[in-house]
Amino acid sequence: MSVIQQPPSHAGMRLDPVLEPGHTYASVTDKIAAVVLTRPIGIGWLAGFALAFAVVNMLFIAIAWLITKGVGIWGINIPIGWGFAIVNFVWWIGIGHAGTLISAILFLLNQKWRTSINRFAEAMTLFAVACAGLFPLIHTGRPWMAYYMFPYPSTMGIWPQFRSPLIWDVFAVSTYGTVSLLFWFVGLLPDLATLRDRAKQRYQQVIYGILSMGWRNSARHWHRYQSAYLLLAGLATPLVLSVHTVVSFDFAVAIVPGWHTTIFPPYFVAGAIYSGFAMVLTLAIPLRKAYGLEDFITMRHLDNMAKVMLATGLIVAYGYFVEFFMAFYSGNKFDVFLAEQRLHGPYSHFYFALILCNIITPQLLWFQKVRRNTFALFVMSLIINTGMWLERFVIVVISLTRDFMPSAWGRYSATFWDYATLVGTLGLFVMLIFLFVRGLPAIAIAEMRELVHESDAKGHE
Amino acid sequence: MEHRSHPLHGVMGEFETPEQLLSAAKKARDAGYRHVDAYTPFPIEGLAHSIGFRWTAVPLITLIGGVGGGLTGFGLQYWCSAISYPINIAGRPLNSWPAFIPVTFELTVLGAAIFAVVGMLALNKLPEPYHPVFNVERFAAASTDRFFLVIESRDPKFDLAESSRFLQEASAKHVFEVKDEE
Repeated sequence: MSVIQQPPSHAGMRLDPVLEPGHTYASVTDKIAAVVLTRPIGIGWLAGFALAFAVVNMLFIAIAWLITKGVGIWGINIPIGWGFAIVNFVWWIGIGHAGTLISAILFLLNQKWRTSINRFAEAMTLFAVACAGLFPLIHTGRPWMAYYMFPYPSTMGIWPQFRSPLIWDVFAVSTYGTVSLLFWFVGLLPDLATLRDRAKQRYQQVIYGILSMGWRNSARHWHRYQSAYLLLAGLATPLVLSVHTVVSFDFAVAIVPGWHTTIFPPYFVAGAIYSGFAMVLTLAIPLRKAYGLEDFITMRHLDNMAKVMLATGLIVAYGYFVEFFMAFYSGNKFDVFLAEQRLHGPYSHFYFALILCNIITPQLLWFQKVRRNTFALFVMSLIINTGMWLERFVIVVISLTRDFMPSAWGRYSATFWDYATLVGTLGLFVMLIFLFVRGLPAIAIAEMRELVHESDAKGHE
Repeated sequence: MEHRSHPLHGVMGEFETPEQLLSAAKKARDAGYRHVDAYTPFPIEGLAHSIGFRWTAVPLITLIGGVGGGLTGFGLQYWCSAISYPINIAGRPLNSWPAFIPVTFELTVLGAAIFAVVGMLALNKLPEPYHPVFNVERFAAASTDRFFLVIESRDPKFDLAESSRFLQEASAKHVFEVKDEE
């Protein structure tokens, strides 16, 4: 009896399919379109939507109260002029980055597994940018003056300060939001036409008919479409890297200890992708379960996303290490003091919680058992998102409470309204996701048909 | 009332696989048809080429948008900071170009992206809610799992009977007349 009769099946070497076998053009189209067109609204959806909607109302109340009373209802004060508003802004905008990474960078790298997750990841980007954009608007306390940030010919004759990262931010975030919307819409166009062709109800035919602009799947149209899509992917790739770089300049260009460091741009971008993939998992795991999309969002996708999280998490860990290393290596006493404050200061428990959430716990992702356990992954994604929020809190609050002069030190604690606004944007995000899942195809149908075609072609070889 | 026949847009052949459509499209080209369009549920490599569509202006339009956006971005900042309202701060240069790079970059991307999308839609003549092909009931399957080839009546070689037979011989499962009811 020979020992090497059959090569042993390495569980670790086996790759799950990107699409479960046996699917045809019609079956993928039916399954994805049915979620939008024919599936009745279930009690689970209604309950989830109602809860999210209630939280959104809390957000409206919080904003209304803010506009009535001013930013004094928040916990901010001098020296901590930037509190939850900027923490939440950076956190939300970072979450958006994974959507663009999946739709643009993985597209350019020809990663087939992006196909079934890119659509809702892009939707996630848009909704996260919407939540993020709310904070710069409301943190002024006078959101109706927000147009001051744009260069317009005013009677005062002055212009924005173009040498300020805060103005760069206005341009970066508004460009990012616009390009993400365009990219999303272009991707949706053929699918809207698919829904129009399959819709049975009159109102559905009219709505999807208008949105699809009369797209008729012509080969000429597809040719130009692919050209535009590829160019958009090429444009979105440097854009996504630039956006969080510019966001990190908000800190890095200032001379505040703990902020004034060149590691910020790369480590902010890595952190953005880290939290974004965590959010994609947070959404994908319940979505595939609730709508029976396990054939399309397979274990391969979850496994790959977990690996991306592990890799970007290690870059983030490297960033934390370099912050410490540079503080001591430079010998700058303010930087050394700040590093010590992170470990021993009044907010050290935030710092240790951050290390636990962002560096220690994610090491479990080295184990395939964890990456293939949807519940463990779901919990992990929540932990990482919490960790990334704590990271921004640590950066903003510890540096501002402990800058150069002891006489300028202070303390910060958030108020009820701070938390209400943060939780409120979570509600807004969830509500938009709920509406999206029932109103638009959560998976790119035309791209899935292309994937079926490619898998068929591979099968015939 | 006088019977008014609808003008004919062309004849449409329905195919079951992308390979059949691709070979039919090539045959149509070889047979001398020049006004042919194909309709498929997903983009098929080489199809646009085989119906005689090679060049698209989308990349050029995108380039124009990008260059225009970049020039606008830098020009705006230069004009605001150095011409319209120059502020001398300890003799620092008014045209501090490195600080103008982020906004210039963002507007380059914005211009290119908007031009790419609007250019693509405009070249495709979208939005176009009505098109004769939608009059064929089976055509709805073009967004699911059927592949269509249309020989248009404006083609000089078009002949209803002849072109229909051509499509049948090219293994079309069904052949339809496409009426223009506008």
